[in-house]
Amino acid sequence: MNKHTISLFCILAVLWLFNSGIYTPLLLILGLVSIGFVIWLSLRMGIIDDESQPLQLSRKLPAYYFWLIKKIIQSNIDVVVLVWRGNGAISPCVATLPIGQQSEIAKVIYANSITLTPGTVAMNIENNSVLIHSLTTHSMEELREGDMARQVSRLEM
Amino acid sequence: MELLLDLISAVCFILGALLILSGGVGILRFPDFFTRMHAAGITETLATSLILIGLMLIAGWGLVLFKLVLILLFILLTSPTASHALAKSALHGKLKPILHNEHSK
Repeated sequence: MNKHTISLFCILAVLWLFNSGIYTPLLLILGLVSIGFVIWLSLRMGIIDDESQPLQLSRKLPAYYFWLIKKIIQSNIDVVVLVWRGNGAISPCVATLPIGQQSEIAKVIYANSITLTPGTVAMNIENNSVLIHSLTTHSMEELREGDMARQVSRLEM
Repeated sequence: MELLLDLISAVCFILGALLILSGGVGILRFPDFFTRMHAAGITETLATSLILIGLMLIAGWGLVLFKLVLILLFILLTSPTASHALAKSALHGKLKPILHNEHSK
């Protein structure tokens, strides 16, 4: 029993308890059996590791999420303004940017954050670069400046 | 307090609805697949978040609140993956995005 398995157990238990809302012995035992089954399956598949349970990130994630939410709200407003201004206001462009992050999970977080902020979409990831489609050249420049990349790198440290 | 929460959630609903409307207008208005995807990005991030937050505010403490939080989490985790899969398959299908420089020429 390592910490990843324990963390998966806790998450599944919370999911079961709060989604069922009925706390009779029968249902609790059924829950325990299902959790055991899922953990057994995941162990057999070998997917319980720091990629599926990124515990090492948990202390730094809240700060990152806070920054990301601010960024999402800001870029949402930008895109809404562009929608109402019409096609003359947009300047779609495609570019390949390098990824500075080393670990796979940081690369995924970076690419997913790019996609999650409206106005930029990560289209393809190769080893150390990401192909991005952007609604305006301005938001591409913003990504190129690397503010988001720095925030993700901070998670890795 | 109750009234205040109702008011805040009403504001969230209205803002969310406006954002969804903007997203829809964007999908109709923008020139090609890739730019339309950005417009859909509004509805799947801030608009759904605002509507779910509005629902959370009037749900009160309890299981319903937890389930709404779960729905929000699942949407925020799966929607970028879906957008990425869409964009990637469009790219593999040799769909060429309209670019700004070509546009102006």
